[in-house]
Amino acid sequence: MNMLNEKEIYELLSEIPDPEIPVITIKDLGILQRVELKEGNCEVYITPTYSGCPAMKLIEDQIKEALADKNIGNIIVKLVYAPTWTTDWITPEAKEKLRKYGIAPPLHSTVDKGVLIGKAKVLKCPQCGSQNTEMISQFGSTACKALYKCLDCKEPFDYFKCI
Amino acid sequence: MTKQEALFSYTLRLGDNALILGHRLSEWSSKGPLLEEDIATTNMALDLIGRADALLKYAAHVEGKGKTEDDLAYRRGEREFLCNLIMQLPNGDFGYTIARQLIVSAFDFCLYEELVKSKDETIAAISAKAIKEVKYHLKFASDWTLRLGDGTEESHQRIQKSFDDIWMYTGELFEMNEVDAILIKEGIAVDLNALKARWKKIITEVLLEATLTVPTDAYMQTGSRKGVHTESLGYILAEMQYLQRAYPDAKW
Repeated sequence: MNMLNEKEIYELLSEIPDPEIPVITIKDLGILQRVELKEGNCEVYITPTYSGCPAMKLIEDQIKEALADKNIGNIIVKLVYAPTWTTDWITPEAKEKLRKYGIAPPLHSTVDKGVLIGKAKVLKCPQCGSQNTEMISQFGSTACKALYKCLDCKEPFDYFKCI
Repeated sequence: MTKQEALFSYTLRLGDNALILGHRLSEWSSKGPLLEEDIATTNMALDLIGRADALLKYAAHVEGKGKTEDDLAYRRGEREFLCNLIMQLPNGDFGYTIARQLIVSAFDFCLYEELVKSKDETIAAISAKAIKEVKYHLKFASDWTLRLGDGTEESHQRIQKSFDDIWMYTGELFEMNEVDAILIKEGIAVDLNALKARWKKIITEVLLEATLTVPTDAYMQTGSRKGVHTESLGYILAEMQYLQRAYPDAKW
């Protein structure tokens, strides 16, 4: 079996879905950073969305599992903090997938800067598209989401908050 | 004291603060006054424990004795912890937790905004991550301070009393010792005195808007920089470290 190169390994890992939001991959989210082959080791660099993201261990396991039978030496998954993860890394295609899944995608990170002075932002309901929405809580079902509700269709929804 | 020893101590201080406050906040799990607040406090706990994990991992690396972040969290005695006293205070009622959180989140906001510029790359990277999360914690604590302070007579009185009671633990946040002196010279640590005015301004603005009174500085508690803690820390560690103490090397 031929050894896979860095790019091929990266592409292989790009298919791994995010454990919390399976409609997008760890690459779409910007968690998967890069792959380096050195001295018989395969180093995979990942970055957490939030410091305490409990999915990181699972993602590490998924990476090891995906590469287990590829004959590429030791697989070392490294957690890096720089550059700092930002929702701006989520591609427009992935944002659209989030919306279809029922999660309001993050706006540009500069929009949430008003968070400290309490300026409200206009968020579209992912169900009916109405802009008549209101925040229920800054914190939602996972560290990366806030909880909103639509005042028109009355549906609650998650918002992938910008950081 | 060498630079390495100072860096180890400083990283422990940051890590222990995040770990112990994270543990305290996690105690709200399933006990929050509303489902959203239950989720919010435990989300903040998660951010803090994640930050502690990164900092203690780095502390273990700096120490260079082959320890892990788990060794540092679960196998140090009370006197070896360097967390500020305020992080250890029992949760009290929800208002008390909010008052403690506002004070600490405003402090973290001022601190990590400066530490992003630290010449130590790892501390700078962890700080860049932390500051994004701290902004949400500060916003959460500010919102609830407004709601409770400018709420009913009962909620106003109770959160005012909480701020008054906690105030004596705020002086210690800004204490510095040899560790700070060495690392400030290296461009790694921050001069905490320089943060005080900014911190006070944030607290004052929120409290005034919440129709509350900013407590006056009087006697300030001290001790954590020397490993002398409140009686609460022992109880936290007894619970947090129980498993590793009873069954050393137990794995999940």
